Amino acid sequence: MWQVLYDELKDRGFMVVAVAEESRGAEHARPWIEQANATYWSLIDPDHRVAELYGMVNVPQSVWIDEAGRIVRGPETAGSTDHFRQMDLATRTLAPELQAARAAARARYLDAVKAWVTTGRHALAADAAAAKLPRITPAIAEAHAHFRLGVWLKRQGRAAEAERQFAEASRLHPDSWNMWRQAADLEAVGNASGPAFWARVKALGDRAYYPPPDLEGFPR
Amino acid sequence: MATVLTETGDFSVTARATGSGALWLDTTDAERVTGWTSKPEGMCRDDVCVPLPAGAVRGDAVDVAAFWRRLDNPVLSDDAGDVWVLGTGAAARTRALAGLEAPDVTLPDLAGTPHRLSTLRGKKVFLATWASW
Repeated sequence: MWQVLYDELKDRGFMVVAVAEESRGAEHARPWIEQANATYWSLIDPDHRVAELYGMVNVPQSVWIDEAGRIVRGPETAGSTDHFRQMDLATRTLAPELQAARAAARARYLDAVKAWVTTGRHALAADAAAAKLPRITPAIAEAHAHFRLGVWLKRQGRAAEAERQFAEASRLHPDSWNMWRQAADLEAVGNASGPAFWARVKALGDRAYYPPPDLEGFPR
Repeated sequence: MATVLTETGDFSVTARATGSGALWLDTTDAERVTGWTSKPEGMCRDDVCVPLPAGAVRGDAVDVAAFWRRLDNPVLSDDAGDVWVLGTGAAARTRALAGLEAPDVTLPDLAGTPHRLSTLRGKKVFLATWASW
């Protein structure tokens, strides 16, 4: 997904770390990783540790980290948009103009990453970056613990107990699409994009599924 | 035997006793799973010592659940008390992010080789999550 970007910028002291938030583990992520044939890091994160550490709620999200190991942007939506919500569910297609708009938004995002690497642009100063960090509440912290337990129980074949833990995780952290969709997918592959998913997306109303990044060219 | 799931990994321990939300481990296991060291002053890490709550120490056994909750961290277990989660509380999570230092993490690639994020210091890193679901 990021290979073109990486190829252009790797000689400029740039690295991509792609993390699969995949509780089914490496073998489940393998086909996509092998197809991508990336030369950057492709890592497997079955416990969703990165999402917990950085306060992420969806995929794809990104964090930009500078040479000193400091967060200069993020977590933010990484190039995806809400155009998919206008998909024709019967035909599973998106109108051409919406496809074009979606592709243009992704290209703009990649350009922003490139501008950061080549010129330092878009990196936020400390107070701005700190202000944009997600607020981690006790409920969210507890949700991550329930999710972790759910993943472990599922791995042990204790499906019913796992589902109870996942339900509690989503109750405590309803904004986390990672938790809800991963739990749905663990129940049955494909559930994460099924009718329950679309109902949950519809229930967002005017709220974004993929909030756009706070970058020029991304209307909010 | 019990399993304790923490930020640093999954641990097999011998639970001396569980029940009423307590997880009694011997000192060695308590130190292993928490990353804190047992001293007369309490549990200590770096320059900080936290006295154990009253009733959370008995001889060489520590109620790790009581200690962990004392730090405002979530503690969960399954009904049987076979598996425990020592989670990271909101305040600790917020403190870790407040200085904007990117939290370090080590994760495996497809071959199982671990990669540690902080070894990339000196480069600009684009850390991005994805999933097949």
